[in-house]
Amino acid sequence: MTAATAQLSLGRRRPRPGFAVAVAFLLLILLVALWPGLFAGDPLRADPLQVLQAPSAAHWFGTDQLGRDVFDRVVHGARHSLSIGLAATAIGVTAGILLGVLAGLAHRFADEALSRSFDALSAFPLLLLALLFIAVAGPGTISLVVAIGIATLPHYARVVRAQTFVVRQAGYVTQAVAFGDPRIRLVIRHVLPNVLGPVPVLAMIGLGEAILAAAGLSFLGMGPQPPSPEWGAMLSEGRGYLHIAWWASILPGLAVTATVISLTVTGRHLQRRFEGRTDGAGS
Amino acid sequence: MRAVLRRIGTGLVVLWAAASAAYLALLAAPGDTVDSIVGDGADTPLIRSQIIAEWHLDRPAVVQYLDYLGRAGHGDLGRSYLLQRPVRDVLAGQAWPTLKLALSAAVLGILLALVLAVTTRRPWARRVSSTTELVLVSTPPFLIGIILLSVFSFRFGIFPVAGDRGFAALVLPAVTLALPIAGVLTQVLREGLDRALDEPFAVTARARGLRASAVLIRHALRHALLPAVTLIGWLFGILLGGAVIIESVFGRPGLGQVTLSAVTSKDMPVVLAVVVLSAAVYVVLNTAADLTYLLIDPRLRGSRP
Repeated sequence: MTAATAQLSLGRRRPRPGFAVAVAFLLLILLVALWPGLFAGDPLRADPLQVLQAPSAAHWFGTDQLGRDVFDRVVHGARHSLSIGLAATAIGVTAGILLGVLAGLAHRFADEALSRSFDALSAFPLLLLALLFIAVAGPGTISLVVAIGIATLPHYARVVRAQTFVVRQAGYVTQAVAFGDPRIRLVIRHVLPNVLGPVPVLAMIGLGEAILAAAGLSFLGMGPQPPSPEWGAMLSEGRGYLHIAWWASILPGLAVTATVISLTVTGRHLQRRFEGRTDGAGS
Repeated sequence: MRAVLRRIGTGLVVLWAAASAAYLALLAAPGDTVDSIVGDGADTPLIRSQIIAEWHLDRPAVVQYLDYLGRAGHGDLGRSYLLQRPVRDVLAGQAWPTLKLALSAAVLGILLALVLAVTTRRPWARRVSSTTELVLVSTPPFLIGIILLSVFSFRFGIFPVAGDRGFAALVLPAVTLALPIAGVLTQVLREGLDRALDEPFAVTARARGLRASAVLIRHALRHALLPAVTLIGWLFGILLGGAVIIESVFGRPGLGQVTLSAVTSKDMPVVLAVVVLSAAVYVVLNTAADLTYLLIDPRLRGSRP
């Protein structure tokens, strides 16, 4: 389908070049997101004489209904999509770690209350929870980020809680308690660093999911408003012209797919490598 | 028995918490409820006071909350601000197209996953299949829909572009929704099969002279299906969330469209009802799945996971 996948399926014969391709693609996306100007021109410049042109040497990904270069927009869109995904994941991970450690260390009743609220939060389908939030706060990038952050929080919180249970029993914690370390110090010095083990890899896979969810919501018009070159929003704008110009909607969509595949492949590879340490952390 | 009661109790607590959380979000909404009910209509102090009296907005928040919980418990979901009709009627009227889409996607996705997981046991088939699964899981559902649309509707004109008339209009949306589901389920089933084939019973069955395919289908598949059952709550969430997007891609009527228009017009009772109902169905499905587990596997009855 995409170049990335073709390479993936061919590559599995040798020792995992799929992983290398994925990492390379992620680095490229990161580079593009940081300095889009190096790779592409102005994503907002419209040329009324060049409307809905097919991909060519002048316009690699063709042009859209306003004559804007789709390649420029996809390149600049990387920053939008990536930063929305990163910000949402950061919220989910941070809140998840805090609440997870709290639940893991708390007494039975408080732990039960927190765990049930994680359950309650994850009872909402991600998209609907985000839509509820957006209905309350209004559409826009910030609502999108916070909504996805909240929706992904229980996942991280559960893993951290389970991890905290394990760490709590460990010798070094018992010893620190016996030495009479103050509680805060105990948590910051001994518990926190040791429960974080599985989090980075989970966050990486979670980032892919966050980007997918964000693209879906901005496809529905709940995220960055036009003319922002966000991948999901571009797809939504371009679909009205699908019958004459497939490139304006499908190519931005493939950018989402390639990014998410790369994140998943990298994340799973790392997970497999650290397996044993992270095993049983799920719920 | 105690384990069963406890599981049901937890389910109820989670349900209450979910309903309350959604209501809390509603209270936190900026802007005035009266404003959203008035909408674009005539706005005079008299009308405003009538609205306040009619919707009981003058009562304390706690009373309103308890009232909401009580009504929700009886299945009364309130009235739509915008349509001035009971939310239950609004949703019931649009439930069938969504149900049709979700059920056909679920059946299709599950069948596809079963067939794929069982038939792709050879290393090369497995590699092709797991790469395809990865692509399907990582592709936004609306992109799958748009690609299918541009190939089958615009290029070849086999299926209608939009609407909900007849079987042909259902094919592309159902396939679109089924593909990501099949992607995830195949992964889970394949892992389950691998694990089951490593168990002593699989070796015993082989040693008794059963053919490999018989061991796979008659013994291993049963064990692989069990962990897949716990995914039922996830499946429901995907179906409902996916329906919102896919109904929008294919211009189909249904609950997704109702939800979207309620979100954009701030018709809170409808949004609240959809969200709380979906959480309720999720909790019921998950509780049922856990109870089935307790029935099937007595080892789980002793301790709480």
